Amino acid sequence: MTSKTDYVRRLGDNVLVLSQRLSEWCGKGPALEEDMALINVSLDLIGQARLWLSYAGELEGQGRGEDQLAFLRDAHQFHNLLLVELPNGSYADTLARQFLFDVWHYFLLQGLCQSDDARIVEIAQKCLKEVTYHVRRSTDLVVRLGDGTEESHRRMQAAIDDLWMYTGELFTPDALDTAMQQQGLAPALDELQQKWQQHVTEVLQMATLRIPAAGLWMQSGGKQGRHTEHLGYLLAEMQFLQRSYPGAAW
Amino acid sequence: MSVSPAIQARPLPAQAESDLEALQAQIWHWLDQIADPEIPAISVVDLGIVRAVQLQHDPAQQMHCTVVITPTYSGCPAMGVIAADIVSTLQQHGVAQVSVRTQLAPAWNTDWMSEKGRRNLNHYGIAPPAQQVIDIGGISPQRHAAPKVPCPHCGSTQTVCVSQFGSTSCKALYQCKDCREPFDYFKAH
Repeated sequence: MTSKTDYVRRLGDNVLVLSQRLSEWCGKGPALEEDMALINVSLDLIGQARLWLSYAGELEGQGRGEDQLAFLRDAHQFHNLLLVELPNGSYADTLARQFLFDVWHYFLLQGLCQSDDARIVEIAQKCLKEVTYHVRRSTDLVVRLGDGTEESHRRMQAAIDDLWMYTGELFTPDALDTAMQQQGLAPALDELQQKWQQHVTEVLQMATLRIPAAGLWMQSGGKQGRHTEHLGYLLAEMQFLQRSYPGAAW
Repeated sequence: MSVSPAIQARPLPAQAESDLEALQAQIWHWLDQIADPEIPAISVVDLGIVRAVQLQHDPAQQMHCTVVITPTYSGCPAMGVIAADIVSTLQQHGVAQVSVRTQLAPAWNTDWMSEKGRRNLNHYGIAPPAQQVIDIGGISPQRHAAPKVPCPHCGSTQTVCVSQFGSTSCKALYQCKDCREPFDYFKAH
């Protein structure tokens, strides 16, 4: 797993899985505006997943398109971060996950805009504009809820604490990350981590939230296809139609 | 959908160069009649989606028309409908073979929206983009101030952003503090 194909597919997996998770909020948001906002973010991410997975299919050269890659792979063949497959939990959990992801996503896309691969640059530039809105919104909401009522503060702190162990994987390079960086295709993860850490720290401070201690044990495995039990259930729902009615189209 | 299949209709006769230019202008005019499926007040040309119209003769003297479009938001479901509308509209006008090609770069931005498009949007009740395209250069922990947007109903600038996301990817929700009417704002992007 050291090829550009694998890397581009992994980029697609992250946004596809998070998009599917967010879509579960459709019609259930705590307020109409929140419902619409989450679904808009979900829609942006599914569009981005289509761009990455289409490209991954082309690079692979085996005739698989975005749909085959999304609907006809099993959990161990998905290489998304564990963070994006976690259940939505409470609204605080969803927003905390979105915030931690958006900041990473924003700086990753900025780095990918400098890639030596022209197609990666095109897609990253397009996505970066959308993700700038996402990160503005999730930053704003973490501050408002963290520095809000006692209850919203408590819930936001608990969400950050619970999710923290899934953030190590965002910055721990595996062989694929290292190969992509050496080939000038992707940014260095240690630089990305510094930028992420700085923004996240400043926001949590502003939100009167406690930053989890450094050096805590971190969960990993998603990038290698070793997932939490949650991904299988997510895929079962997302892939139901193509699994039950292979090749169905409309 | 990135490429629509070429449509086999009656072929246009071979044209001289000047006729080609006239036909190209005519095709832009026809495209300007195609409304955005989500926001019928604005045409796909006014929205800045159509980047180029390319005409070519093949060796058999058949006319090929390629319309290059650029997506607004990655997930916008209107793009598929727009591509299909372009093919069917040009076909109705007798253009023999039409294909639609999607181009990502340079990324679409709202500065490409025409003045006519902005006026039509405002008249329709959607405030047009009020500022330059979104700044992707950096993020800040500070709350990002929502742009000041004049109310499309009464013109008041006493308006407030209710939600940064609205009924479609491209819009935010606002409310006017003077006439009290809610309205959509077409975000700068």
